[in-house]
Amino acid sequence: MSSGSGNRNTNTEPWGSFDDNLIQGSSSAVVDMENMDDTSGSSFEDMGEMHQRMKEEEEVSAEAAATEDDTVEDGEFLGMKGIKGQLGRQVADEVWQAGKRQASKAFNLYANIDILRPYFDVEPAQVRSRLMESMIPVRMINFPQKIAGELYGPLMLVFTLVAILLHGMKTSGTVIREGTLMGTAIGTCFGYWLGVSSFIYFLAYLVNAQITMLQMLSLLGYGLFGHCVVLLVTYNIHFHFLFYILWLLFGGLSTLRMVAALLSRTVGQTPRLLLCGTLSVLHMLFLLYLHFAYHKIVEGLLDSLEGPNLAPMQRVARDVPELTFNVTMRTLGTLMRAH
Amino acid sequence: MASAEEASRPFAGLSDVSISEDIPVEGDISVPMSSSRRDDEFSTLDEPVKETILRDLRAVGNKFIHVLYPKRSSALLRDWDLWGPLLLCVTLALLLQGGAADSDDQGGPQFAEVFVIIWFGSIIITLNSKLLGGTISFFQSLCVLGYCIMPLTAAMAVCRIVLVGGSGTVSFAVRLVVVTASFGWSTFASTAFLADSQPPNRKALVVYPVFLFYFVIGWMILTFSPSQ
Repeated sequence: MSSGSGNRNTNTEPWGSFDDNLIQGSSSAVVDMENMDDTSGSSFEDMGEMHQRMKEEEEVSAEAAATEDDTVEDGEFLGMKGIKGQLGRQVADEVWQAGKRQASKAFNLYANIDILRPYFDVEPAQVRSRLMESMIPVRMINFPQKIAGELYGPLMLVFTLVAILLHGMKTSGTVIREGTLMGTAIGTCFGYWLGVSSFIYFLAYLVNAQITMLQMLSLLGYGLFGHCVVLLVTYNIHFHFLFYILWLLFGGLSTLRMVAALLSRTVGQTPRLLLCGTLSVLHMLFLLYLHFAYHKIVEGLLDSLEGPNLAPMQRVARDVPELTFNVTMRTLGTLMRAH
Repeated sequence: MASAEEASRPFAGLSDVSISEDIPVEGDISVPMSSSRRDDEFSTLDEPVKETILRDLRAVGNKFIHVLYPKRSSALLRDWDLWGPLLLCVTLALLLQGGAADSDDQGGPQFAEVFVIIWFGSIIITLNSKLLGGTISFFQSLCVLGYCIMPLTAAMAVCRIVLVGGSGTVSFAVRLVVVTASFGWSTFASTAFLADSQPPNRKALVVYPVFLFYFVIGWMILTFSPSQ
């Protein structure tokens, strides 16, 4: 309360009220800056603080209303209870909004899949041409070859390989103990793609080869196309000689393509040998492993046609006939022959 | 205070926050809350449980019908819900149970395996379609993919019935036909909904993972052999 024009001691707020300048009509028309808050910007945090203060004021007023309620009789003040409920709801609502805002800020920061969006920016024609090119080695190794940096093709190829592997495991009656078929298939394929890519990238980093992690993932992913083709054929036609031919042909071509791309980006004889040797060995051996580990033939038709009531599998060397067909094909063959 | 009500709208009336005590504040405290309005707010809470359940069931059934006759309607997309996919997934996983002879033989897919395949497959396809520039939201896509498993679940039921009759060549042929037909139906139904939300030249890129997903599920159904 103004008790005199000379009295400037009405500091009821911590930051000093506006009393001094507004009510008592001091001659200066300028707001005294030292009375203002530190947070005098329009930044988000400041708005948040002001909002917080508003909420606290509301809570205080809600408590005040609550304490008032307790001191009056019930009959007359159903309206007040309604107000208290309304205020309580508003407070709860604002707490929820503030929490949601924080959560969505954190989510947008960390779980933003838009980071990956540029790597999926492909057309079907591009994917098709890259699939074809993955089997064609390019001889130019004096100038860095162009490697596409996309993740759609490799990802789809890995999933296709998983599906083919599942098919092979199931029709050969592989028994996985302490694990599941699906888990094994996914673990194998993704483990190979990510693990070997990282390993080769690490080696490339050591020998100072010009290749990025994305390019390595893309290169190896497209290199799995050959694997998919070979396994698709040989899981259905169990002809070992055929498998070896296809292994050398398709496996070799895709390996050569990857090796040529890496050679073009590496300098020096020893680094080239190290990098390309490692990659070719791992790539070819993986195909060999996929064929032989998940493709055991058990005597007597272990498949979906007949209910399996056989003993659990053992890895024993068996006499395998020269050429056997997958049961599906055999059934189709029987059906066709019957007509 | 009137400023309390205004303050409920975020950052509204911020200019009025720091008011000196000497300035009298005027306003109307009364909050307009008539009893009828309160009833409207609580209307869905006070209705009988049967009505709530029936309303949800009707919505789910409506979407099933949309899957059976897949045409370009947006009903499946507009009010998405995940009840249908959950029901279908659990039914399919239960039907795929008990598909192995011994307890050691893990040739049959376990419940958790089927569940994980369906849900993680759907999530990956959804992420893929979003990354390729799709306009469909995350849960809408999950909803569509889940509902389109219905033909495959029906095929599984048919396969189980056929397998009761025996498991010979004929039964295999019948099952093959049924599963192939329902797999084609599922893929066609889901692409009818999903492909619309993509730019026209990238439809094939979105359809392929869907094809792969339903192929794996169809293959699981086809290779199911009951325990003796």
